[in-house]
Amino acid sequence: MGLLSKKDAVLLTDPLADNNPITIQVLGICSALAITAELKASIVMAISVMFVLGLGNVVISLMRNIIPSKIRIIVQLIVVATLVIIVDLVLKAFAYELSKTLSVFVGLIITNCIIMGRFEAFALANKPWRSFLDGIGNAVGYGVILIIVGFFRELLGSGTLLGFKVLGDPIEKTGLYAIGYENNGFMLLSPMALIVVGIIIWIQRSKNKALIEEN
Amino acid sequence: MSKRTDSNGYTMVFAVIMVLVVGSLLAFLASSLKPAIKENERIEKQQNILYAMGVNENDNSNANFVSTKVAGDEFKKYITKQLVLAGDKVTQSEDAYLIDIKKQKANAKAGKVRKLPLFVGQKDGKTFYVAPIYGKGLWDAIWGYVSMDENMVVQGAYFDHKGETPGLGANIKQRYFMDDFIGEHLLNESGVFQGITVAKGNNDPKNEDKTDYEVDAIAGATITGDGVSAMIKKDLALYVPYFKNLKK
Repeated sequence: MGLLSKKDAVLLTDPLADNNPITIQVLGICSALAITAELKASIVMAISVMFVLGLGNVVISLMRNIIPSKIRIIVQLIVVATLVIIVDLVLKAFAYELSKTLSVFVGLIITNCIIMGRFEAFALANKPWRSFLDGIGNAVGYGVILIIVGFFRELLGSGTLLGFKVLGDPIEKTGLYAIGYENNGFMLLSPMALIVVGIIIWIQRSKNKALIEEN
Repeated sequence: MSKRTDSNGYTMVFAVIMVLVVGSLLAFLASSLKPAIKENERIEKQQNILYAMGVNENDNSNANFVSTKVAGDEFKKYITKQLVLAGDKVTQSEDAYLIDIKKQKANAKAGKVRKLPLFVGQKDGKTFYVAPIYGKGLWDAIWGYVSMDENMVVQGAYFDHKGETPGLGANIKQRYFMDDFIGEHLLNESGVFQGITVAKGNNDPKNEDKTDYEVDAIAGATITGDGVSAMIKKDLALYVPYFKNLKK
């Protein structure tokens, strides 16, 4: 066995499918709706959350024995806000262009309930290395859904992927547009993200019946 | 079961220490990085102004500034005059581009004279007049630079925003939106200021009609688009007297 024991590997793989933060735990929906109109924004958000959640989980885990239980939520909030602001400041000073791209995500990361959820549910009770794996696993699970939603919304809404006109030019009427195809502007609006997430949840649960809750 | 960490005293001490540590860490970082951040913002302003007058490194579809290394030199080369309009007075200033538009707007509200920066640039024998604009979008501030010729016909525009929705309102800084403004007239035939409205359903997706005072809106970004229309109307109207004088 290499770097990861079987128990540790589960921490990484479980959130990808059977315990996905978005489709199963329904956490982080707000940011999944807000920023998935473009594939690029989805990818940037996925990477940012991976960084903050991985690091934040480790910090919380290291502090888990000294955090007073009465104010633990506030402490968690401070840790994530501090981390995000530090990253933002350092980027602004040394990678200004990148920070311009990220600026709007900063607030969204701090308020992302996946982060608070993992701090509270996992990092407070587990060792740093396991918390780190859990953070990365959940961030990847979140990112995968974000990227799938972003892919469909950008493709069907704008006819582009990462800004490239993959379906032809809607104004010059080339490619698919030559035969009468039109972009679906509704895909650009948040409600369609909810519907796409809903379809993903539907497909996932019809494949794996064990996920369906009993009433 | 009562743990040591449950007592009120411990909680208070922990909270105080945490606030002190985090507060001083952030304060230290913010103040030590401030010069670098300020410098980046200064260069960006120069890049923005140059971009609006067509000094940029645009490729087929992406908006690219001149690189940060040459921005200062290019700015000196292309911008021949930096003017400050205050009431009827026009003065020259080397640092006009550093004027804080937001502060000046607040000044105007408080009844003080608002300083209006205007940058005069020369490129390929043509004269450009670049004016900054500032307003609000859906979530936060939006701003930009519009370059005009002496008839107030738009020659180029650059827009930016603090926190508009990615993929929707944030697209005001995309080429396909900014380029639509090029060639649009701000004044009508009798010289009355009309502004440019970001309009839905203006039936002119290729933006061929340059005297309709309209450009095509971005789907899903109505409020940001309205913000762009508003800041163009409000802020550029202030420069009309200067352009009228220019013609005399």
